[in-house]
Amino acid sequence: MFFATVDLPTRGDADSVMNQEVNDNGNPVAGNYYIQSAYKDAKTPNIVTVVLGDYRSIDTLGEQIVVFTAGLILVLILSGHRKERKVSNREENS
Amino acid sequence: MMDYLVGHYAYFFTVLIMCLGLYGLMFKKNLVKKVIGLSILQVAVILFYVSLASKWGATVPVKWAEVPVTEVAAYLNPLPHTLMLTAIVVGVATQGVAFALMIAIWNRYKTLDEDDLLDRISEDTP
Amino acid sequence: MKTGSESPIIVLGARLLSPFIMLFGLYVIFHGHYSPGGGFQGGALLAASVLLMRVASGTQISSLMVKESLTTPLGVVGVLIYFGTGLLAFLMGGDFLDYGALPIPGLSPEYLRYTGILIIEIGVGLAVMMVMILLYDKMATGEEEVE
Repeated sequence: MFFATVDLPTRGDADSVMNQEVNDNGNPVAGNYYIQSAYKDAKTPNIVTVVLGDYRSIDTLGEQIVVFTAGLILVLILSGHRKERKVSNREENS
Repeated sequence: MMDYLVGHYAYFFTVLIMCLGLYGLMFKKNLVKKVIGLSILQVAVILFYVSLASKWGATVPVKWAEVPVTEVAAYLNPLPHTLMLTAIVVGVATQGVAFALMIAIWNRYKTLDEDDLLDRISEDTP
Repeated sequence: MKTGSESPIIVLGARLLSPFIMLFGLYVIFHGHYSPGGGFQGGALLAASVLLMRVASGTQISSLMVKESLTTPLGVVGVLIYFGTGLLAFLMGGDFLDYGALPIPGLSPEYLRYTGILIIEIGVGLAVMMVMILLYDKMATGEEEVE
Protein backbone atom coordinates (compact mmCIF):
# COMPACT_ATOMS: atom_id res chain seq x y z
CA MET A 1 0.00 0.00 0.00
CA PHE A 2 2.94 2.34 0.62
CA PHE A 3 4.13 1.50 -2.88
CA ALA A 4 0.71 2.35 -4.27
CA THR A 5 0.85 5.85 -2.80
CA VAL A 6 3.78 6.65 -5.12
CA ASP A 7 1.49 6.95 -8.11
CA LEU A 8 -1.10 9.10 -6.37
CA PRO A 9 -1.26 12.79 -7.28
CA THR A 10 0.41 15.31 -5.01
CA ARG A 11 -1.98 16.40 -2.32
CA GLY A 12 -3.41 19.85 -2.88
CA ASP A 13 -2.26 20.13 -6.47
CA ALA A 14 -4.92 22.08 -8.35
CA ASP A 15 -3.52 20.96 -11.72
CA SER A 16 -3.66 17.18 -11.19
CA VAL A 17 -5.69 14.83 -13.35
CA MET A 18 -8.61 14.79 -10.94
CA ASN A 19 -8.87 18.56 -10.74
CA GLN A 20 -8.51 19.58 -14.37
CA GLU A 21 -11.51 20.89 -16.22
CA VAL A 22 -11.54 18.57 -19.26
CA ASN A 23 -10.27 15.00 -19.19
CA ASP A 24 -8.30 13.20 -21.89
CA ASN A 25 -11.40 12.34 -23.90
CA GLY A 26 -12.62 15.92 -23.96
CA ASN A 27 -15.49 15.42 -21.52
CA PRO A 28 -15.97 17.76 -18.55
CA VAL A 29 -14.72 16.41 -15.21
CA ALA A 30 -17.48 15.94 -12.64
CA GLY A 31 -16.09 17.97 -9.73
CA ASN A 32 -15.44 21.10 -11.74
CA TYR A 33 -18.72 20.80 -13.59
CA TYR A 34 -20.50 20.79 -10.22
CA ILE A 35 -18.55 23.84 -9.04
CA GLN A 36 -19.31 25.82 -12.16
CA SER A 37 -22.99 25.05 -12.62
CA ALA A 38 -24.36 24.35 -9.13
CA TYR A 39 -25.42 27.91 -8.34
CA LYS A 40 -26.76 28.45 -11.83
CA ASP A 41 -28.94 25.34 -11.65
CA ALA A 42 -30.37 25.51 -8.16
CA LYS A 43 -29.59 28.99 -6.72
CA THR A 44 -28.05 27.33 -3.66
CA PRO A 45 -24.60 28.48 -2.55
CA ASN A 46 -23.64 25.23 -0.82
CA ILE A 47 -22.29 23.05 -3.62
CA VAL A 48 -22.21 19.89 -1.49
CA THR A 49 -25.92 20.22 -0.79
CA VAL A 50 -26.70 20.61 -4.47
CA VAL A 51 -24.63 17.56 -5.40
CA LEU A 52 -26.19 15.53 -2.59
CA GLY A 53 -29.77 16.59 -3.17
CA ASP A 54 -30.03 17.25 -6.87
CA TYR A 55 -27.34 15.73 -9.07
CA ARG A 56 -26.97 12.56 -7.01
CA SER A 57 -30.45 12.45 -5.50
CA ILE A 58 -31.14 8.83 -6.47
CA ASP A 59 -27.91 7.85 -4.72
CA THR A 60 -29.09 9.65 -1.60
CA LEU A 61 -32.50 7.94 -1.83
CA GLY A 62 -30.87 4.52 -1.92
CA GLU A 63 -28.61 5.46 0.96
CA GLN A 64 -31.56 6.61 3.06
CA ILE A 65 -33.30 3.32 2.35
CA VAL A 66 -30.14 1.54 3.54
CA VAL A 67 -30.24 3.45 6.84
CA PHE A 68 -33.91 2.73 7.33
CA THR A 69 -33.42 -0.95 6.47
CA ALA A 70 -30.72 -1.12 9.14
CA GLY A 71 -33.29 0.11 11.66
CA LEU A 72 -35.81 -2.48 10.50
CA ILE A 73 -33.21 -5.27 10.71
CA LEU A 74 -32.45 -4.22 14.28
CA VAL A 75 -36.13 -4.41 15.22
CA LEU A 76 -36.44 -7.84 13.62
CA ILE A 77 -33.30 -9.22 15.29
CA LEU A 78 -34.06 -7.95 18.78
CA SER A 79 -37.76 -8.79 18.89
CA GLY A 80 -37.90 -12.15 17.14
CA HIS A 81 -36.88 -14.22 20.14
CA ARG A 82 -40.04 -16.22 20.80
CA LYS A 83 -40.05 -18.31 17.64
CA GLU A 84 -36.44 -19.35 18.15
CA ARG A 85 -37.16 -20.36 21.74
CA LYS A 86 -40.11 -22.55 20.71
CA VAL A 87 -38.12 -24.26 17.98
CA SER A 88 -35.25 -25.02 20.33
CA ASN A 89 -37.66 -26.36 22.99
CA ARG A 90 -39.23 -28.67 20.49
CA GLU A 91 -35.83 -29.93 19.40
CA GLU A 92 -34.87 -30.61 23.00
CA ASN A 93 -38.08 -32.51 23.69
CA SER A 94 -37.89 -34.73 20.66
CA MET B 1 12.34 14.13 -2.66
CA MET B 2 11.19 16.83 -0.24
CA ASP B 3 8.34 17.81 -2.54
CA TYR B 4 7.33 14.18 -2.77
CA LEU B 5 7.21 13.84 1.02
CA VAL B 6 5.27 17.08 1.48
CA GLY B 7 2.75 16.05 -1.15
CA HIS B 8 2.26 12.49 0.02
CA TYR B 9 2.60 12.35 3.80
CA ALA B 10 -1.19 12.36 4.32
CA TYR B 11 -1.47 9.15 2.30
CA PHE B 12 1.15 7.48 4.50
CA PHE B 13 -0.89 8.24 7.61
CA THR B 14 -4.08 6.91 6.06
CA VAL B 15 -2.23 3.72 5.12
CA LEU B 16 -1.05 3.40 8.73
CA ILE B 17 -4.58 3.84 10.09
CA MET B 18 -5.84 1.32 7.55
CA CYS B 19 -3.25 -1.27 8.64
CA LEU B 20 -4.29 -0.67 12.26
CA GLY B 21 -7.92 -1.29 11.38
CA LEU B 22 -7.09 -4.43 9.39
CA TYR B 23 -5.00 -5.74 12.32
CA GLY B 24 -7.92 -5.24 14.69
CA LEU B 25 -10.31 -6.82 12.25
CA MET B 26 -8.24 -9.94 11.65
CA PHE B 27 -6.27 -10.76 14.81
CA LYS B 28 -8.49 -9.70 17.70
CA LYS B 29 -10.64 -12.46 19.15
CA ASN B 30 -13.34 -10.34 20.79
CA LEU B 31 -16.22 -9.40 18.52
CA VAL B 32 -16.53 -5.88 19.96
CA LYS B 33 -12.86 -5.24 19.17
CA LYS B 34 -13.47 -6.52 15.66
CA VAL B 35 -16.20 -3.95 15.16
CA ILE B 36 -13.91 -1.21 16.50
CA GLY B 37 -11.31 -2.31 13.94
CA LEU B 38 -13.94 -2.14 11.21
CA SER B 39 -14.81 1.44 12.13
CA ILE B 40 -11.12 2.43 12.20
CA LEU B 41 -10.76 0.97 8.68
CA GLN B 42 -13.72 3.00 7.55
CA VAL B 43 -12.31 6.19 9.06
CA ALA B 44 -9.09 5.55 7.12
CA VAL B 45 -11.00 5.38 3.84
CA ILE B 46 -12.92 8.57 4.69
CA LEU B 47 -9.72 10.45 5.54
CA PHE B 48 -8.14 9.25 2.29
CA TYR B 49 -11.00 10.60 0.18
CA VAL B 50 -11.14 13.92 2.02
CA SER B 51 -7.40 14.39 1.68
CA LEU B 52 -7.68 13.70 -2.06
CA ALA B 53 -10.23 16.50 -2.35
CA SER B 54 -7.90 19.20 -1.07
CA LYS B 55 -6.36 22.00 -3.11
CA TRP B 56 -3.79 24.46 -1.82
CA GLY B 57 -5.20 27.93 -1.34
CA ALA B 58 -8.78 26.90 -2.01
CA THR B 59 -11.86 27.50 0.11
CA VAL B 60 -14.73 25.22 1.14
CA PRO B 61 -17.26 24.35 -1.59
CA VAL B 62 -19.78 26.99 -0.54
CA LYS B 63 -20.25 29.77 -3.06
CA TRP B 64 -18.67 32.96 -1.86
CA ALA B 65 -19.57 36.29 -3.42
CA GLU B 66 -15.97 37.46 -3.77
CA VAL B 67 -14.77 34.35 -5.62
CA PRO B 68 -16.53 33.62 -8.92
CA VAL B 69 -17.42 29.99 -9.55
CA THR B 70 -15.62 29.95 -12.87
CA GLU B 71 -12.32 29.79 -10.96
CA VAL B 72 -12.43 26.10 -10.17
CA ALA B 73 -9.00 26.20 -8.52
CA ALA B 74 -10.44 28.38 -5.75
CA TYR B 75 -12.96 25.79 -4.52
CA LEU B 76 -12.36 22.32 -3.13
CA ASN B 77 -13.62 19.34 -5.07
CA PRO B 78 -17.19 18.77 -3.75
CA LEU B 79 -17.63 15.22 -5.05
CA PRO B 80 -15.50 13.32 -2.46
CA HIS B 81 -17.13 15.33 0.33
CA THR B 82 -20.56 14.25 -0.83
CA LEU B 83 -19.59 10.61 -1.20
CA MET B 84 -18.07 10.51 2.28
CA LEU B 85 -21.11 12.21 3.79
CA THR B 86 -23.21 9.24 2.72
CA ALA B 87 -20.45 6.77 3.67
CA ILE B 88 -20.40 8.02 7.28
CA VAL B 89 -24.13 7.46 7.70
CA VAL B 90 -23.94 3.99 6.15
CA GLY B 91 -21.11 3.22 8.57
CA VAL B 92 -23.30 4.17 11.53
CA ALA B 93 -26.04 1.87 10.22
CA THR B 94 -23.53 -0.96 9.80
CA GLN B 95 -22.31 -0.58 13.38
CA GLY B 96 -25.89 -0.55 14.63
CA VAL B 97 -26.65 -3.85 12.94
CA ALA B 98 -23.34 -5.32 14.16
CA PHE B 99 -24.05 -4.42 17.78
CA ALA B 100 -27.58 -5.78 17.52
CA LEU B 101 -26.19 -9.09 16.28
CA MET B 102 -23.77 -9.09 19.19
CA ILE B 103 -26.60 -8.54 21.69
CA ALA B 104 -28.44 -11.50 20.16
CA ILE B 105 -25.27 -13.66 20.29
CA TRP B 106 -24.71 -12.75 23.95
CA ASN B 107 -28.27 -13.66 24.86
CA ARG B 108 -27.94 -17.10 23.30
CA TYR B 109 -24.35 -18.15 24.03
CA LYS B 110 -23.22 -15.81 26.87
CA THR B 111 -19.87 -15.12 25.22
CA LEU B 112 -18.39 -12.76 22.67
CA ASP B 113 -15.01 -14.47 22.28
CA GLU B 114 -14.57 -16.05 18.89
CA ASP B 115 -13.07 -19.41 19.93
CA ASP B 116 -15.52 -19.89 22.83
CA LEU B 117 -18.35 -19.01 20.49
CA LEU B 118 -17.32 -21.61 17.93
CA ASP B 119 -17.03 -24.24 20.69
CA ARG B 120 -20.48 -23.49 22.06
CA ILE B 121 -22.08 -23.48 18.63
CA SER B 122 -20.54 -26.87 17.85
CA GLU B 123 -21.77 -28.16 21.24
CA ASP B 124 -25.33 -27.07 20.45
CA THR B 125 -25.54 -28.54 16.98
CA PRO B 126 -25.21 -32.33 17.06
CA MET C 1 -33.41 1.97 32.24
CA LYS C 2 -37.06 2.14 33.20
CA THR C 3 -36.72 4.36 36.26
CA GLY C 4 -35.58 7.95 36.46
CA SER C 5 -32.16 9.05 37.62
CA GLU C 6 -31.43 9.77 41.26
CA SER C 7 -29.23 12.80 40.62
CA PRO C 8 -31.08 16.10 40.06
CA ILE C 9 -27.94 17.84 38.76
CA ILE C 10 -27.64 15.55 35.75
CA VAL C 11 -31.32 15.84 34.96
CA LEU C 12 -31.20 19.62 35.26
CA GLY C 13 -28.10 19.88 33.06
CA ALA C 14 -29.63 17.66 30.42
CA ARG C 15 -32.85 19.63 30.52
CA LEU C 16 -30.86 22.84 30.09
CA LEU C 17 -28.79 21.54 27.16
CA SER C 18 -31.36 19.55 25.23
CA PRO C 19 -33.44 22.42 23.74
CA PHE C 20 -30.33 24.22 22.55
CA ILE C 21 -29.01 21.11 20.82
CA MET C 22 -32.39 20.66 19.17
CA LEU C 23 -32.43 24.29 18.06
CA PHE C 24 -28.94 23.93 16.62
CA GLY C 25 -30.03 20.79 14.77
CA LEU C 26 -32.94 22.65 13.19
CA TYR C 27 -30.56 25.49 12.27
CA VAL C 28 -28.17 23.03 10.62
CA ILE C 29 -30.99 21.53 8.57
CA PHE C 30 -32.63 24.76 7.45
CA HIS C 31 -29.44 26.78 6.99
CA GLY C 32 -27.77 23.96 5.07
CA HIS C 33 -28.23 25.86 1.81
CA TYR C 34 -25.88 28.64 2.88
CA SER C 35 -23.39 27.02 5.23
CA PRO C 36 -22.00 23.53 5.81
CA GLY C 37 -24.84 21.36 6.99
CA GLY C 38 -27.74 19.36 5.75
CA GLY C 39 -30.19 16.64 6.56
CA PHE C 40 -27.79 13.98 7.84
CA GLN C 41 -25.93 16.22 10.25
CA GLY C 42 -29.05 17.98 11.49
CA GLY C 43 -30.85 14.68 11.98
CA ALA C 44 -27.95 13.38 14.04
CA LEU C 45 -28.06 16.52 16.21
CA LEU C 46 -31.82 16.24 16.74
CA ALA C 47 -31.37 12.60 17.72
CA ALA C 48 -28.58 13.66 20.11
CA SER C 49 -30.88 16.08 21.91
CA VAL C 50 -33.50 13.37 22.46
CA LEU C 51 -30.93 10.73 23.42
CA LEU C 52 -29.35 13.07 25.98
CA MET C 53 -32.67 13.19 27.81
CA ARG C 54 -33.03 9.42 27.47
CA VAL C 55 -29.62 8.74 28.95
CA ALA C 56 -29.96 11.32 31.73
CA SER C 57 -33.49 10.86 32.95
CA GLY C 58 -34.72 7.46 31.84
CA THR C 59 -37.27 6.42 29.29
CA GLN C 60 -40.39 7.68 31.06
CA ILE C 61 -39.62 11.39 31.04
CA SER C 62 -38.00 11.49 27.62
CA SER C 63 -40.85 9.60 26.00
CA LEU C 64 -42.72 12.89 26.35
CA MET C 65 -40.45 14.19 23.56
CA VAL C 66 -40.61 11.21 21.22
CA LYS C 67 -42.57 8.11 22.09
CA GLU C 68 -40.85 4.77 21.54
CA SER C 69 -43.70 3.45 19.43
CA LEU C 70 -43.55 6.52 17.18
CA THR C 71 -39.99 6.08 15.91
CA THR C 72 -40.61 3.50 13.19
CA PRO C 73 -43.71 5.22 11.68
CA LEU C 74 -41.98 8.60 11.60
CA GLY C 75 -38.95 7.03 9.94
CA VAL C 76 -41.28 5.66 7.28
CA VAL C 77 -42.74 9.17 6.91
CA GLY C 78 -39.23 10.54 6.36
CA VAL C 79 -38.46 8.04 3.61
CA LEU C 80 -41.87 8.65 2.04
CA ILE C 81 -41.33 12.43 1.97
CA TYR C 82 -38.22 11.87 -0.14
CA PHE C 83 -39.79 9.23 -2.37
CA GLY C 84 -43.07 11.17 -2.69
CA THR C 85 -41.24 14.30 -3.82
CA GLY C 86 -39.50 12.34 -6.54
CA LEU C 87 -42.68 10.57 -7.55
CA LEU C 88 -44.63 13.84 -7.67
CA ALA C 89 -42.08 15.34 -10.02
CA PHE C 90 -42.25 12.15 -12.08
CA LEU C 91 -46.05 12.32 -12.30
CA MET C 92 -46.01 16.00 -13.28
CA GLY C 93 -44.04 15.25 -16.41
CA GLY C 94 -40.40 15.52 -15.38
CA ASP C 95 -37.83 12.87 -14.63
CA PHE C 96 -37.81 11.01 -11.33
CA LEU C 97 -36.48 13.38 -8.64
CA ASP C 98 -36.25 16.28 -11.09
CA TYR C 99 -37.45 19.09 -8.85
CA GLY C 100 -37.85 21.51 -11.75
CA ALA C 101 -41.21 19.90 -12.51
CA LEU C 102 -42.77 20.23 -9.06
CA PRO C 103 -46.27 21.79 -9.13
CA ILE C 104 -45.59 24.88 -7.02
CA PRO C 105 -46.88 27.99 -8.80
CA GLY C 106 -44.97 31.21 -9.16
CA LEU C 107 -41.43 29.86 -9.07
CA SER C 108 -38.83 29.48 -11.78
CA PRO C 109 -37.20 26.04 -12.17
CA GLU C 110 -34.08 27.18 -10.32
CA TYR C 111 -36.06 28.14 -7.24
CA LEU C 112 -38.17 24.99 -7.59
CA ARG C 113 -34.93 23.01 -7.26
CA TYR C 114 -34.04 25.15 -4.23
CA THR C 115 -37.39 24.25 -2.62
CA GLY C 116 -37.13 20.59 -3.60
CA ILE C 117 -33.69 20.24 -2.00
CA LEU C 118 -35.09 21.78 1.20
CA ILE C 119 -38.01 19.31 1.24
CA ILE C 120 -35.85 16.25 0.79
CA GLU C 121 -33.39 17.49 3.43
CA ILE C 122 -36.29 17.58 5.90
CA GLY C 123 -37.21 14.02 4.91
CA VAL C 124 -33.62 12.84 5.32
CA GLY C 125 -33.30 14.56 8.70
CA LEU C 126 -36.52 13.02 10.01
CA ALA C 127 -35.55 9.52 8.88
CA VAL C 128 -32.00 9.71 10.29
CA MET C 129 -33.24 11.10 13.64
CA MET C 130 -35.87 8.41 14.05
CA VAL C 131 -33.54 5.56 13.05
CA MET C 132 -30.92 6.73 15.56
CA ILE C 133 -33.48 6.91 18.39
CA LEU C 134 -34.72 3.48 17.31
CA LEU C 135 -31.18 2.07 17.49
CA TYR C 136 -30.75 3.40 21.03
CA ASP C 137 -34.15 2.19 22.26
CA LYS C 138 -33.76 -1.31 20.93
CA MET C 139 -30.22 -1.67 22.27
CA ALA C 140 -31.10 -0.28 25.70
CA THR C 141 -33.97 -2.67 26.22
CA GLY C 142 -31.95 -5.56 24.83
CA GLU C 143 -33.58 -8.65 23.47
CA GLU C 144 -37.11 -9.12 24.69
CA GLU C 145 -37.59 -12.33 26.63
CA VAL C 146 -40.98 -13.56 25.56
CA GLU C 147 -42.18 -16.82 27.01
